[in-house]
Order: sequence, then structure tokens, then C-alpha cells
Amino acid sequence: MNKRISRRSLAFGLAATPLIAATARAELVVSLDRANFQPMPIAIPDLQGEGDLGARVAAVIANDLQRSGVFAPIDKRAFIDKAVSPNVMPQFDSWRAINAQALVTGRVQRDSARMHAEFRLWDVASGEQATGQQYTTDANNWRRVAHLIADAIYSKITGAGGFFDSRIVYVDETGPKQARRKRLALMDQDGANVRYLTEGNELVVTPRFSPSSQEVTYMAFAPNGDASVRLLNIETGQREIVGNFPGMTFSPRFSPDGERVVMSLEQSGNANIYTMDLRSRATTRLTDTSAIDTSPSYSPDGTQIVFESDRGGAQQLYVMAASGGSARRISFGQGRYSTPVWSPKGDYIAFTRQTANSFGIGVMKPDGSGERILTEGFHNEGPTWAPNGRYLMFFRDQGGAKIFMADVTGRVDIAVPTPSFGSDPAWSPLLS
Amino acid sequence: MFHLPVSARAVKFALVVAAALAASACAKNGDEAGQFGAGAGAPGSQQDFAANVGDRIFFETDSSELTPTAQATLSKQAAWLSRYANYSFTIEGHADERGTREYNFALGARRAQATHDYLVSKGISASRMRTVSYGKERPVATCDDISCWSQNRRAVTVLSGAPAS
Repeated sequence: MNKRISRRSLAFGLAATPLIAATARAELVVSLDRANFQPMPIAIPDLQGEGDLGARVAAVIANDLQRSGVFAPIDKRAFIDKAVSPNVMPQFDSWRAINAQALVTGRVQRDSARMHAEFRLWDVASGEQATGQQYTTDANNWRRVAHLIADAIYSKITGAGGFFDSRIVYVDETGPKQARRKRLALMDQDGANVRYLTEGNELVVTPRFSPSSQEVTYMAFAPNGDASVRLLNIETGQREIVGNFPGMTFSPRFSPDGERVVMSLEQSGNANIYTMDLRSRATTRLTDTSAIDTSPSYSPDGTQIVFESDRGGAQQLYVMAASGGSARRISFGQGRYSTPVWSPKGDYIAFTRQTANSFGIGVMKPDGSGERILTEGFHNEGPTWAPNGRYLMFFRDQGGAKIFMADVTGRVDIAVPTPSFGSDPAWSPLLS
Repeated sequence: MFHLPVSARAVKFALVVAAALAASACAKNGDEAGQFGAGAGAPGSQQDFAANVGDRIFFETDSSELTPTAQATLSKQAAWLSRYANYSFTIEGHADERGTREYNFALGARRAQATHDYLVSKGISASRMRTVSYGKERPVATCDDISCWSQNRRAVTVLSGAPAS
């Protein structure tokens, strides 16, 4: 067997090895952008071994795949073959009989603190293995193993990158509307493992991950109302104020290389965009207008910044070089455009669009063409991209903000479970 | 085009009229302490400021321009603040929920700045004031329609420091 340690293993104590199929690669694929797309029926029996751990791993995989909108996991009660051994060829007839196109088999084992997991994805029609992988990791990481398996399946079938092994940082909101307690919270992409990063004694908003997902930059208010951009190291808990600016700083985001934070500085009622180099602490002014310039977002190659400005009278989207200077307007549709976010693939910019009575989330190409609104209603705000550039989370306020996920085709629009109200989701890169 | 809400603005207008009447009545009596109205709070107290002068002004949607009503309130604030010169104060700018979070921080800052500049133009020293913006994070009215939004688009003058003895 071809032994290969993936890059992933290094940071997380996780070893991943492909399980090579004896037969030729099967052609089990879906085309995501086809107009008459139908989710692929997939059977995900409980993985074998270790009490209910195999069932829990299978449930996380099924939930991920269902939420992607690409798969339709088949109800386990419909299975003819109840106990699926990972060691023998599946009885494909019994899976064809319930119209499964894909089948996942696998097992989990635990020894002391380590966990071993393996899976195979089968093309039920041809009876061939489409892909397979085994993983060794800390047993506490069982949910991550499930997400990695779901990512492997999703990538194999769609040809797109995975996105399940990722996290969300967001603002947890509790208490009455006129005095909401806001805390930074961290959770897995599916809403599991919620952890609070701040105590709620300060008003905090708009968190964003660093490229390594180890740090978060956000805006926080001191008790006297002074607001500034902060940095928080998730692992150490260390916090600091970014820069020493003579006014309110807000709207922070990391550069793609993680070396700078770009943000807005408000002075005498105007907001302009600045960067601060995190090593040298040098600040650079990128815009110089008497307008509100805010919500900057770098292109994934770091050469350009899209931002919103009301320099022309109302909020619109503009693109400029990452070094600042002249900007060109890219939004020309109806309404006010704000909170632009450049896709990690570089192909789209997502935004909030406000018309007379509604807030929508949409995407356009970086030159402003191809605009599409994905969801629209009383309130939708603040999109953030999944690591594969095919999904967005945002928040929708219907008497209290909740987080939702949509995909760029507009087919998916589902709630992301959070313990209380939540806003300002920011998606991490794939974990490493 | 713009539907004027019944609640906040009407109440505000009534308050201004009442205060004006009270002021003229007081002037006749030569009652100096009651110059700014005979409502709640001892003259020169924070309650006096809030109840008899008006601690807040309101804005149109997505605007930081001072309406005539807002200018009238700020002129009264300036007169009161000139008389009770020991107060320092913070001007809080706020926005309604019908805007995006980050833009609203900047919009609230603009409103606070417009308030600041008007008070300076009326002779109040800039060294007594600071401005902050809470964007849409601190609404006072929490329904989901225009009658509440209009109350949330505000700049509030919050007194601090020792009052005149």
C-alpha cells in the first residue's frame, strides 16, 4: 500500500493514508452547476467498531453531506443490508434496490488515546471503489475525522474543494434587544463544539480569522464607548489593541498572508481605510476621502481590495490596488451595496444589497458583471465564504439574528444551529 | 415619500412647545432657576437636562443632517451647557437597524460629529465634548418598524463630570 502522510497530519497529529482500490477509478461525479441538478442518493451505514462511535461518525458525515445540498442521504431504516462489513465487497444489489448511487463503508478503532478510522466510497452502479482513506489521530478529534471523510466524499463527487473541516467565529447574542450581551464564539462549521472567546463584558463585533485560524481580529468597545480593533490569539487567549489610532477603528480583516490588518479609521465623521503591518506596526493610509470607506476585503492573491464607499452619494462597491490610490466602482444595480467579501477562489465577490424594504445577499464577478441575488428578505447581512468558495454564511434578523448558509447556485438556504442568537459569522480556511 | 412616525417626533415637538411656554412664563416671574422649564429635576441636574432641554436629537434615514427640530434642541442644549459649564459630556451617535453593521458605526460617528460641530458653533468648547458611535448596537426602541427606527436614529448628549454647585 502506498504510504503517504498528508500535510494535514503535521499540525494536528493526524495521519491520512489513501486506501487504494483494486479496480479502476469509477466515474461517480455530479455537475454542480447543471440547471436540473438533483442531489445524489447516498447510503451511509454506521461505521463498524467502538460502540456507538461508528454511528456518531456516520451521523456527522451524513449531516455534512445533506447540508451541502449535493447529497440526499438515505434513511437508515430503508437499508436492506443492516450490518456492513468494511472487509468484504458490499452486496451492491441490496444498495441498488434502495436507489443508492453511492455507498460509504468504514470502521473506527480506538487504542488508548488514539483513534483509527477508514472509509471507502463505492459507486453502487458499477460496484467500484471511488475513493478511500484511513486516518489516525487523537480520539478527541472524532468529529474532525468525520468532517475529513465528508470532505473527501464531497470533493470526489463534485470535483470542488472540501469545506466541512472548518470553523466559524461569530458573535453570540443574548439578553434583551436594547442591551444585547455580545460574545465572540467559535464553533465547528456544523454548529458543534461552541466555545466562547470573550466574557460578554465588552461589546464585540465583526470577528475575522487570520489565515492560520489561530488568531481573530475584531472590534471591541471600551466601557466609555471608545471602540478599537483588537487581536485575539485563540490558543493563548492573549489580546491586544491593533495600533494607536486617533479615532474609532473598525471593520478589520487580515491580509491573505496574515502580515497586515486592513481596517477603517473614523476621524471627524469620515472613515478611511488603513493597513497596519503587524510586525513593524507601520500604518499606511489607503483611501483619502470625506466619505465612509469601510468593509475592505483583499483579493485572494493580496493585490487588490474591494470595499464599500458612499463617496458617490450612496454605499457602492469599489476595487482598488492593495496599495491604495484610485478606485473603480463595480456595483451598478439597484440599491445600496455593502460588506463585499472576495471569494477564496477569486471568482466572485459576495455582498449585502439593500433596497427600499429588503436586505439581500448576492454575488458578482470582480468586474461587477454577473450579479445574482441568492436570498432576499427583511434582513440578511454580512456574507462570509466557505473555504471552497461555493457556500456563504450570513446572518438574518427575524426578531433576533441567526446564522444561515446558502450556496452560490441559490439551491441551499439552511439555518446553522447556534445556542442563542448569532451574527457576524466568519468562516475559517480549511483547518490544518 | 417619507412617512412621518407619530410617536417620537410628535412627542418631541410637543416637548419643545411646552418648554417654550414654560420658559416665557418663567421669564415673566423672573424665576431664573426655572429658565429651562418646570419639569422633573433640580435646575442644573442631569434630569433637568434630559426632561426640560432634551438630551437627544433625531435624524432622517441614512442622514446626518440636522433637521430644524434637531437644531432647535441643540440650541437649547448649548444654552443649558453654557450656563452649567462644569459638565463635560459625550455625544453618542446611533443608527437604526436598516443599515449594515459596519456602515452604521460610521453613520453614527457622522451624526455625533454633526452634533459636536453644531454645539461648537454655538460657543461650547470642544474640549468639554467627546464623540462615540454605537452604530445599530444600542437601540432604544425595539419594534421592527419605522416608528421604532426613527427613535433609534439619534445623537444623545450624555453628561458627565461635576455639575455646577
